[in-house]
Amino acid sequence: MTTTTAEVGRLTAARPIDRERMRRVARRWRLVKNAGVALLSFALLVWTLVPIYSMVMVSLEGHDDVFSNVIWPQYPSLHGYWLVFTEGYWYLEYFWHQFGNSVYLGAAVTFFTLLIASLVSFSLSRMRLRHGWLVSNAALLTYVIPQSFLAIPFYRIMQAYGLTNNIWSVIAALVTFATPYAIFIFQNYGAAIPMELDESARIDGASPVQIYLKIYLPLMAPALVAVGTYALLLAWNEYLYQFLLLSSKQSMTVPVALAQFLNSDEAPWNYMMATAVIYALPPIAVYYAFRHRMTSGLTMGGVKG
Amino acid sequence: MAQVSETASAAVQVLPSLRTRRRFWRGELQGSEYTWALAFVVPYVAVFLVFVIYPVVYGLWMGSDPHLYTELFDDPVYQMTIVNTVLYLAIAVNVKMFCALLLSGFFMRSGWWTKALLMVFVLPWAVPSMPIFTSMHWMLNGDYGFLNNALWTIFHVNGPAWLDTRWYAFGSVIVSYIWKWMPFWTVIFIAGRMAIPQEIYDAAKVDGATGFRAFVHINFPLMANLYLVCTLLSTIFTVGDFNTPYFISGGGPAFSTYTLATLGIRDAFDLSQPRLGVAAVMTALPLVIPLVILLMRKLKTAQVQL
Repeated sequence: MTTTTAEVGRLTAARPIDRERMRRVARRWRLVKNAGVALLSFALLVWTLVPIYSMVMVSLEGHDDVFSNVIWPQYPSLHGYWLVFTEGYWYLEYFWHQFGNSVYLGAAVTFFTLLIASLVSFSLSRMRLRHGWLVSNAALLTYVIPQSFLAIPFYRIMQAYGLTNNIWSVIAALVTFATPYAIFIFQNYGAAIPMELDESARIDGASPVQIYLKIYLPLMAPALVAVGTYALLLAWNEYLYQFLLLSSKQSMTVPVALAQFLNSDEAPWNYMMATAVIYALPPIAVYYAFRHRMTSGLTMGGVKG
Repeated sequence: MAQVSETASAAVQVLPSLRTRRRFWRGELQGSEYTWALAFVVPYVAVFLVFVIYPVVYGLWMGSDPHLYTELFDDPVYQMTIVNTVLYLAIAVNVKMFCALLLSGFFMRSGWWTKALLMVFVLPWAVPSMPIFTSMHWMLNGDYGFLNNALWTIFHVNGPAWLDTRWYAFGSVIVSYIWKWMPFWTVIFIAGRMAIPQEIYDAAKVDGATGFRAFVHINFPLMANLYLVCTLLSTIFTVGDFNTPYFISGGGPAFSTYTLATLGIRDAFDLSQPRLGVAAVMTALPLVIPLVILLMRKLKTAQVQL
């Protein structure tokens, strides 16, 4: 804008020339705004994708590419993945067994978290057990004890009872840490289900077990899916307890096996990253499959805050 | 929570079916029902006693010798660790939460592009920590890592050896932590913003408050409590964060980037001094306990919905 047009604009308030000017300013403003959005979007994309790109890229590299300065492998190959699939490298000789352990761990943690937490929240909020608030407050207190702080005494106890290298010790630990949050969510969610349903079932002669199985659980399905996803991702994400408690090749899970690579003198980064990508795919798939349920479930606890 | 069901039942007080309910559910649970109600709680109480109370008491006993603490405070690694832990909480948590709050506003924009971008943006949250942090450790390698390779190829800049000096290494830990956990809190804040009724924005628009002023006068006051609760929770979780410092810098160079969580595990398992490890972790309690108390109080008042 030059001074003259601005002055003209001010003098000729409602004339067509002024409207033209305003439209130009608006267009320019929109342009600046769009450019800002584009810039921020680009920055966010780069920020998010660089580590993931690096992981995938290294997994496609050969040995010489790993120790070079390329940003895309000269001879990209799926050899690393092939080695993982066929257990063709000595660190990977039990890969599928260990992957099975991870799946088993995730499934068991999910199942027991849902079972224990739904029973508790049914008893506390539907059956109104006296002094139930003590239980839910105690649960909330667990939620705020950092997991890694309990790791040392937990390990010593498991060692004393000969439960190291037993995957159930890890399952117990993770269920302990997933349950309080599950109870919290279930109670928030269950508050929206009318009590009349329970009552009419009870008048018809249903026992508490029947009410739990046939009324409570079906109505809680969305919350169960959200918390189940949460528990599964928690188990898949966890490293410390698996590392401390599982040390034999037969009992360890994929992340522990992956960390073992780091002990060798020259870590085979391409094979490690191929393993890492394979291990990262299931939770990504689960997350995107249950995304909407999960966000609504997780935020039930958060938004009320 | 207990309070929620209380309010829910209070809300239904007006309904005529109240008396029936009181007879059936409020009064003493009848014989077998009471047994069932107890039986449903028993599994959790057992888990709680065996896997929370027992380890906590055992841990307190392990860390009860005062000599452990004099030994600990004399350790120069421990002194650096305290500085690191405080910086980690002060910088990483707050930068993450504040950026998440701002980004949640950005992601409220309409359009397919924003939705698609959000799908990509939450990816770090869905990727398991251990593999991605291991990968980032290699990405930050000074000679062959992707970051320096890219800096050289694109800008012809020689990046530093990220993990070889204390502050670069610890900065890398902080940035990696933000990368991994910012998406989660962004999603929480998006949900918080969605809970704000559109009418408030419309009314403010009539009064001429849009954009930044709408943020200052609507979002911030309404979301302040949520923001505070989330920050407290995140701080407590972050005190116990093991994976990020352990896999990104591994405590190096020269033991300068430990935090209390990783130092405790190092003392207990690498140095085979479990009591010392427990003592290291225990010194975080003066920080954690006030946070927990504050959080409990906030959660009680926070039952009021937006």
